[in-house]
Amino acid sequence: MKHSKLTTVSALSLAVAGLGGAAQADDLTLCWAAWDPANALVELSKEFEAQSGHNMSFEFIPWPNFADRMLNELNSGGKLCDLLIGDSQWIGGGAENGHYVKLNDFFDAEGISMDDFAEATVYAYSTWPKGTPNYYALPAMGDANGWFYRKDWFARDDIRAAFKEATGRELGEPKSQKELLEIAQFFQGREIDGQTVYGAAIFTERGSEGITMGVTGALYPWGFKYENTPGSYDMEGAVNSPEAVEALEFYKEFYETATPPGYTNSYMGESLDAFKSGQVAMAMNWFAFFPGLYADPDTGGEKIDFFVNPPQNQEGSTLGGQGISVVAYSDKQEAALEYIKWFADPAVQQKWWDLGGYSAHKAVLESPDFPDSAPFAGDFLEAMGAVQDFWQEPAYAELLIAMQKRMHDYIVADQGTAQEALDKLIEDWTEVFEDEGKL
Amino acid sequence: MSETPMTRAASATPPSVARRIKGLSDRAIAWIFVGPTIFLLLAINIFPLIWTVRLSFTDYKANRAGREIKNVGFRNYERILNDSDIWLNMQATAHFLFWTIFFQVLIGFTLAYLINKKFKGNDLWTTIIVLPMMLSPAVVGNFWKFLYQPQIGLFNYIVAFFTGKDPSSFEMLGSVDLAPWSIVIVDTWMWTPFVMLICLAGLRSIPDYIYEAAEIDRASKLRQFFTITIPMVLPFLMLAVLFRGIENFKMFDLVVQLTGGGPGSTTELTSINLKREAFEKWRTGYASAYAIILFVTVFGLASIYVKALNKVKER
Amino acid sequence: MSSFSVTEPSPRSKWFAGTLVILYALITMVPLAWIMLTGFKTPPDSISYPPKVFFEPSMEGYVNLFTTRTRVGQEALDALPPPDTWYEEIVRERDMVIAGPSKFGERFLNSVIIGFGSTFLSIVLGTLAAYAFSRFKIPLADDLLFFILSTRMMPPIAVAIPIFLMYRQLGLSDTHLGMILLYTAVNISLAVWLLKGFIDEIPREYEEAALIDGYTRFQAFYKVVLPQAATGIASTAIFCLIFAWNEYAFAVLLTSGTAQTAPPFIPTIIGVGGLDWPAVAAGATIFLLPVMIFTVALRKHLLRGITFGAVRK
Repeated sequence: MKHSKLTTVSALSLAVAGLGGAAQADDLTLCWAAWDPANALVELSKEFEAQSGHNMSFEFIPWPNFADRMLNELNSGGKLCDLLIGDSQWIGGGAENGHYVKLNDFFDAEGISMDDFAEATVYAYSTWPKGTPNYYALPAMGDANGWFYRKDWFARDDIRAAFKEATGRELGEPKSQKELLEIAQFFQGREIDGQTVYGAAIFTERGSEGITMGVTGALYPWGFKYENTPGSYDMEGAVNSPEAVEALEFYKEFYETATPPGYTNSYMGESLDAFKSGQVAMAMNWFAFFPGLYADPDTGGEKIDFFVNPPQNQEGSTLGGQGISVVAYSDKQEAALEYIKWFADPAVQQKWWDLGGYSAHKAVLESPDFPDSAPFAGDFLEAMGAVQDFWQEPAYAELLIAMQKRMHDYIVADQGTAQEALDKLIEDWTEVFEDEGKL
Repeated sequence: MSETPMTRAASATPPSVARRIKGLSDRAIAWIFVGPTIFLLLAINIFPLIWTVRLSFTDYKANRAGREIKNVGFRNYERILNDSDIWLNMQATAHFLFWTIFFQVLIGFTLAYLINKKFKGNDLWTTIIVLPMMLSPAVVGNFWKFLYQPQIGLFNYIVAFFTGKDPSSFEMLGSVDLAPWSIVIVDTWMWTPFVMLICLAGLRSIPDYIYEAAEIDRASKLRQFFTITIPMVLPFLMLAVLFRGIENFKMFDLVVQLTGGGPGSTTELTSINLKREAFEKWRTGYASAYAIILFVTVFGLASIYVKALNKVKER
Repeated sequence: MSSFSVTEPSPRSKWFAGTLVILYALITMVPLAWIMLTGFKTPPDSISYPPKVFFEPSMEGYVNLFTTRTRVGQEALDALPPPDTWYEEIVRERDMVIAGPSKFGERFLNSVIIGFGSTFLSIVLGTLAAYAFSRFKIPLADDLLFFILSTRMMPPIAVAIPIFLMYRQLGLSDTHLGMILLYTAVNISLAVWLLKGFIDEIPREYEEAALIDGYTRFQAFYKVVLPQAATGIASTAIFCLIFAWNEYAFAVLLTSGTAQTAPPFIPTIIGVGGLDWPAVAAGATIFLLPVMIFTVALRKHLLRGITFGAVRK
């Protein structure tokens, strides 16, 4: 089965190589999440349409439904998408269940080298099993969870004085998670220009992946590990380490003392809304949104600045981002591969960054102009240097749903203790790995 | 057995007529007419049900093509019935069922009673009251979510206006205490009209002469209400409760849009939980067993209830 | 006989009852009115505190519902020729340009196709089956009827598991045909049940007379029974249509794009960076309005149908 797929792909790539851009015109559908970078990709893809003669259409699904809808589509063998920019955690399932076309032969035939892309992104978005040179995607969009804040508020003398009085420190970008919380608590409930404002918008969403993505932003800097030894599935003492418990308690305290009222089920959209409506001093969100935030007429420009998720015991940011894959059920794989070939071109990658997409190509990231090309570009490089991702196992959805439940039960619904939540999480995960035959 | 059902079917029309019918026999027509419906139901209802039973004894996962499928006997059933989290979902469902039915019966019956006073224009107002139940629960749920927003939502604002509380001081969807009630409120808003309509049909079925006779016996209005109105409407009311009970046991769309099962798992009704198991975790075998358990529960409860209903009707 | 009757309520109690019912009706309408109002607000107005009852109406929600937009920089914006349509102008004010139509039109059309397709099929099959159950002695008719009705007791998610597997095998996932068949299967139980009631009410003598006049069964059914049952068929059709129109659980699990209907789509409408409540409200209004108009216009048949379907048994 796997073998025959490989030969098909190499045959296909030969066909692509032979025909070049002169192949027949196809209607390609690219599926991704509905967010700012997706609009940039539409803009970018016009060039591909002009060059190749293929017609691009897009299916963008809002984040809360993205995983659900797309995994359902893949699992039902659907032909909606020819190209899919799937989330990093799907790579294991995509590869093992034959949803994604393996790209190695194609890369070789076209001279696309994974060495040209940032290591962290190749590892996270393209390879399965992790770290082996088996590629099922091309890194399309680097991303991590970061922070942004109201620079104008942080600069005001009255606020700075009040902060100094309250904490004995100067108000500035936090250097640790605990400073972050302190600043957020300082702003919580404060009157600014006649409006009550709150500390920070953080992720607490229950339905998809929100609260997990938020809480790992605290877990990783505290030194949280999924396993004692990588690949062993030995979680006791790692997942529920004292550091992990402390980090989890920290996140709950953050939720309870420094977020706006009603932030019980909030993710990307709510975080953006809270910030843009001037409700919060700080907010966490994916770097992907930063270009849009910077461009915002009300709270962007001079009023906003950005920082990397602060360290605590160590540096650590939650990984976002996606690779672009060819869907194995598509009838138009040749044209889809053509798209990937075009997309991997350094000139296109540079334009991708200019339009607001986060290229993972070294030609872009390592260019001397890059750190100054946007106010968050340097932060992005720093964040990507210390990213960690959730499990990327084929059973990732089961693992994620268990974590969503345990975290939301503890943090938002206030049930049990942090220790209990993590202990139960190990039980849930153990069950999953037992079913998988890995334990 | 001297005659088969089919010969009886043919004899439904007098023989003199039957002889003169041209074309197909009645028996053939009967099957041609009923056949497609039965076929469709077999294909899309019964065959899948049998398949679900079969799957419920395996560890099949629909998202894992190459994985070997093992028979696991009753293990799925054991796991579900021993899972304390699932019992919490059952409790949430029971809470939802009980209170929605309670409020819908109370308000629905009252409204029907008032409408039955036949005031001018009652027909039009009845129609307006009925509107919510005609609408798409998913869209309605999504919009109520907006009404329930603590800062900007209309619901909180109105409650704050009448109670003097700060509208951002309580979260209908976000707080563990209020969320179970927030879904009860929306369901009651949406489905009270249904109970009302059934009760109205019951009230209108009571012949006037019964009240006239009671009046002659000088029975008080209150007494008439309890000895005539209530007993006569009861079978209708019970029927409405049956329908609402079955529907709300299946409840999915409205609550998914409102709370998605949160906060934590406080409003995670069984259908929502089942969806997670089946289409998010893709534990197909396990979810099949879960589905069968739910189906048997509804069917069992409904049968017991129908027996009780028939007793009431006979009285 | 005087016009006085003991069962006729007094004017005072009528007035009292009327006031209470109207009050309830008005309260019940508030959420619906709010949906429609929100559709005409601008996004900032829609999330203002306190909620705005009076505001300057805007078509922004509707424009956002039907378009996708991209944010462009100030220089790029200045370089563009002035907007030539009113909707382009609305979008420009937010520093954005229209990138193309949104998917809402397609999804709405899917709802129409699947709704009417499945209603048509349910009615055709349902009328035939109902006629057969009404006029012929079918073995185990009562059991069959009960069986047909009991299929509605299954939670849709439970049914969806095997349907999902079956559709995947047959290539029916995310197709119009698949959804039409599925909704037909769900609707047909109610259709048969309702229609049998309507056909039972038509006296047999009419057909028998037709048969004696030399009509075949088919002709008698077609020329005598169908016209008589027209009202019943129409009101059953409306029920089927409303169900298919509103259905969410199957749609969200079995469709992803090509055949996706509006109910799973509307809650997922979001703006460029952040939730766009006016657009959601606009979508909801367009989607709910036909049903509301239907309900008010056809109230006689509809209300009778609801009680009839439930009470007959």
